[in-house]
Amino acid sequence: MAVEKRVRFKSWWLPWVLVAPQMAIVLVFFFWPAGQALFQSVLQEDAFGTSSEFVGMQNFQRLWDDDTYLASFKTTAVFSVLVAGIGLTLSLLLAVMADRVIKGSGFYRTLLIWPYAVAPAVAGVLWLFMFAPSIGIVSFWLRAMGFDWNHLLNGNHAMTLIVMAAVWKQLSYNFLFFLAGLQSIPKSLVEAAAIDGAGPWRRFWTVQFPLLTPTTFFLLVINIIYVFIDTFAIVDAATSGGPGKDTAILVYKVYFDGFKAMDLGGSAAQSVILMAILIALTVVQFRYVEKRVNY
Amino acid sequence: MVENRPLANALSHLVLVLGVLLVAFPVYITFIASTQTAEQIVQNVPMSLLPGDNTLQSYKLALLGGQTEYGSKIPPVAPMMMVSMITALTIALGKIAISLLSAFAVVYFRFPGRTLVFWMIFVTLMLPVEVRILPTYKVVSDLGLLNSYAGLTVPLIASATATFLFRQFFLTVPDELVEAARIDGASPMRFFWDVLLPLSRTSIAALFVIQFIYGWNQYLWPLLITTDESMTPVVLGIKKMISGGDAATEWNAVMATAILAMIPPALVVMLMQKWFVKGLVDTEK
Repeated sequence: MAVEKRVRFKSWWLPWVLVAPQMAIVLVFFFWPAGQALFQSVLQEDAFGTSSEFVGMQNFQRLWDDDTYLASFKTTAVFSVLVAGIGLTLSLLLAVMADRVIKGSGFYRTLLIWPYAVAPAVAGVLWLFMFAPSIGIVSFWLRAMGFDWNHLLNGNHAMTLIVMAAVWKQLSYNFLFFLAGLQSIPKSLVEAAAIDGAGPWRRFWTVQFPLLTPTTFFLLVINIIYVFIDTFAIVDAATSGGPGKDTAILVYKVYFDGFKAMDLGGSAAQSVILMAILIALTVVQFRYVEKRVNY
Repeated sequence: MVENRPLANALSHLVLVLGVLLVAFPVYITFIASTQTAEQIVQNVPMSLLPGDNTLQSYKLALLGGQTEYGSKIPPVAPMMMVSMITALTIALGKIAISLLSAFAVVYFRFPGRTLVFWMIFVTLMLPVEVRILPTYKVVSDLGLLNSYAGLTVPLIASATATFLFRQFFLTVPDELVEAARIDGASPMRFFWDVLLPLSRTSIAALFVIQFIYGWNQYLWPLLITTDESMTPVVLGIKKMISGGDAATEWNAVMATAILAMIPPALVVMLMQKWFVKGLVDTEK
């Protein structure tokens, strides 16, 4: 596809007017606050916000020494691996099945895609309700089977709860991309493998799965970004970061330290680290997209 | 289908049905809970899996608010739905409008700083509100936009995704159309309105679905900047209703609210499924 137009309009002022609204918002609400975060991250403000002094890398040093921050990193990492791993496996399974059936594939798709519309916070509340220790229906079944579920006391249970809610919410998105990826694989390849005597299982692993690698990799990055950014609402609604700090992911900690604990410098330093992570992830994602175009 | 294997086909359907049930189960439970009374939910554990007879009362309590037996007040959800609707529509339409204009400028004009503009929009992808919570709050607060629709929507209206999608689409529009328009003496804006906009209908519909859901489901941003109950979107309202603990929560009203909060975005996805799927896959190209 062409990257440039051959034919253009000429005007020295109109393009500026056209990009002005977007630029104004980008500058005021994106670049300015991002710059402020950078600036704040090297300052130490007193409790009343009346004075601040330059402290260099001290805020970062403090984070590095802070066990709860490192724990939050670990929590986020575990959460990402579980959500991406379980979510991608389940949705790939469903997509392969939906790709196989001739009749009703559209019907299944309709019934599988709507959780995309459910707000993460609502997803958190739904799963919280099913697993509420005293009244939840699933926690009751678990107790009946001899398993004492209590995510209010047990950190692993709390993590399981938010993983389930996050996977459930993201399932439709992953499913749609896997299905689109599978359907774009030329039928002739699959048929050729079948003629050579490869069964469905073999065909999947030797033909379809390798050809899906770009989709899988793309979804992996998207899911990690999703866990870093969008699951804040799930965590806040379902566990509020608890018990203790067992489900306090990085974004939750930025929010908590900045708004509840009023540690401005620390919160800003955490913001800067998050930005760096996100920039790295986005760069990986786009470098790969460029490769896919040639592919 | 390459060959016919009845057993494998049956297995496929079985897996898909299980998947559909797994996906639907939490929502079914939510719906059932919303048809019962708060006492039934708290006292009959496990709750019945069949609809109760309190549906109308639950939804009335949720929509209009009211007093519970314990004396705690349930805020009415109807105004929250209104806030959510206005916010989601403003964000979706606003994003589409400013992205159309930016993409038009970037594709159809050559001006100094064009590449810079493009990159500045691109970088916003890496700077969602979540990673710069406090300073963004401060900007909005300094501008006096707390507890206002402008504060809820304007900071979220910039959109790299939408700008890219329109840019990609404009690049596929044949150059002959521009030449024809120029020969006919049409101004750039005339070309934009009469040629480009009608051609972009499908992309606009696709983006509308995605951005409406994005706007409706916002949580962190309203949590930061709205303290006023009259400016609370419904997604945030639900969380506020459950903060009292299991026993003190009117679960039937909460679950009715959850259902209400799910209906508008789910409807948009289901009714505009064709555009939604296309848009989702296209925006990521």
